[in-house]
Amino acid sequence: MHRQSSETVRSTIVPFSPPASKHTSMSSLAQPPMSSSSSLRFPQNRKTIYDRHLNRSKTSELSKASFAFLFGEMVGYAQKRVAGIQDLEKKLNAHGYMVGQRLLELYSWREGRSAKRETRILGALQFLTTTVWTSLFNKAADALEKSREKEDEYMIADNEPVVNTYISIPKEMGTLNCAAFQAGVIEAVLDGCSFPCNVTAHSVVSEQFPQKTIFLIKFDQKVLDREAQLGAST
Amino acid sequence: MVVLSLFIMNKSGGLIYHRNFNSGLQSLSANDYLVLAGTFHGVHAITSLINPVNNTTEAGIRGGPPRGLEVMESEMFRMQCFQTLTGIKFLVFTEPGQPNVDVVCKKIYEIYADYVMKNPFYQIEMPIRCEQFDRELGKFLKGKQ
Repeated sequence: MHRQSSETVRSTIVPFSPPASKHTSMSSLAQPPMSSSSSLRFPQNRKTIYDRHLNRSKTSELSKASFAFLFGEMVGYAQKRVAGIQDLEKKLNAHGYMVGQRLLELYSWREGRSAKRETRILGALQFLTTTVWTSLFNKAADALEKSREKEDEYMIADNEPVVNTYISIPKEMGTLNCAAFQAGVIEAVLDGCSFPCNVTAHSVVSEQFPQKTIFLIKFDQKVLDREAQLGAST
Repeated sequence: MVVLSLFIMNKSGGLIYHRNFNSGLQSLSANDYLVLAGTFHGVHAITSLINPVNNTTEAGIRGGPPRGLEVMESEMFRMQCFQTLTGIKFLVFTEPGQPNVDVVCKKIYEIYADYVMKNPFYQIEMPIRCEQFDRELGKFLKGKQ
C-alpha cells in the first residue's frame, strides 16, 4: 500500500521533470549573488567566528584607524539617543559594560590552569591594570592609587587612553570624557570578579598629557566589609 | 622650513580652518579671510577649466580630476595648494623658494584625516574646532622649524 502510493507520487513527478530541472538551473544561476550576500556572515570555508580557537586573536593586532571609526560611530549613535552629557556617559558606560563582561570570561579562560580567583581588592585591581590593560591596549595602566580621603575609592590613571586618541571634546560638552566606555569595561570586569562598584572617567588636563584620564572606582560597602574580614583573618 | 600660515577650505569654498604660525604676520579681519578663501576657490575653479591640455589624457597620467592652480610665488611668500580627491583644499603659505612643500601638505592632510575625520564630534564641512588637531599640527610644524 505504502510502496504503491510512493510510486504514484514518483509517476506524477516524472512528467513535470523538465520544468523542474529548468527551475533548478535558474536557481543555480541565481545562486552567486545569494552566496555573496551570505558570505558576510559565513566565510568561504563555512567557519564562523565561533568556530575559531579562542587563543587565535590573543597576539593579533587590530587596526587603530578602524577601531577609531567604529568607536566614533558608537559615540555618534549614543549621542543621538540621549538628552545630556551625563546620559551620554551612562550610555557609553553601558556599551563598555557589555564588552567587559565578555572580556573577563575570555581572559580567565586564556589563563588556563594558572587562572586564579581574586579575593582581595588589590589583587583584582592589579589583574585589571596589567592583564586586562595589556591585552586591550598593549601597555599597562600608568598608575594605580588609593584615595586618601575616602576608604572605598581607588584610582587608575591612563595618560593617553587609546579610545580617546582622535577625539577632541567640543567646549560646549564640558566635562564629557568618552573613556566612559573604558570605565564601563572596568566596572564589568570588577563586577564579574564580584567586586561590585561604580566606575567613572574624569579628564585631568596637564601640559604633558592633555588626554590624561583618571578612572575613579567606588566600591560597594559590602566589598569593604569583606576586605576587612579577610584582612582580620590573615 | 618656515610655514607662515595654513588655510583649509571645504569643497564649496568655505574657510573651515585658518591658523598663523608666525607671530609677526599681517592679520586681516575674519571676514577678509573668508572672502580671500572664497576668491581663491573661484580662481582655482577657473584655472582647472582653462587647462589647455586635453583633460582626459591628463587625468590618465596623473590620476584624479584635472587640477587647477597649485603654486603661486611672490617676492614675499610662496603659496602651495593641495586639493584632495574629496575636494578639500589645503593652502600652505611659506617663505619664497621653499622646496618640498607638497610633502608638508600631505602630512597636514594625514593629520586632518586622523584628528578631524575620526573625531565623532566634528560635523563634516563645518569649521574645525578640534583641540587635538591644533595640538598635533603645532607639534608637526614646530618640529619643522
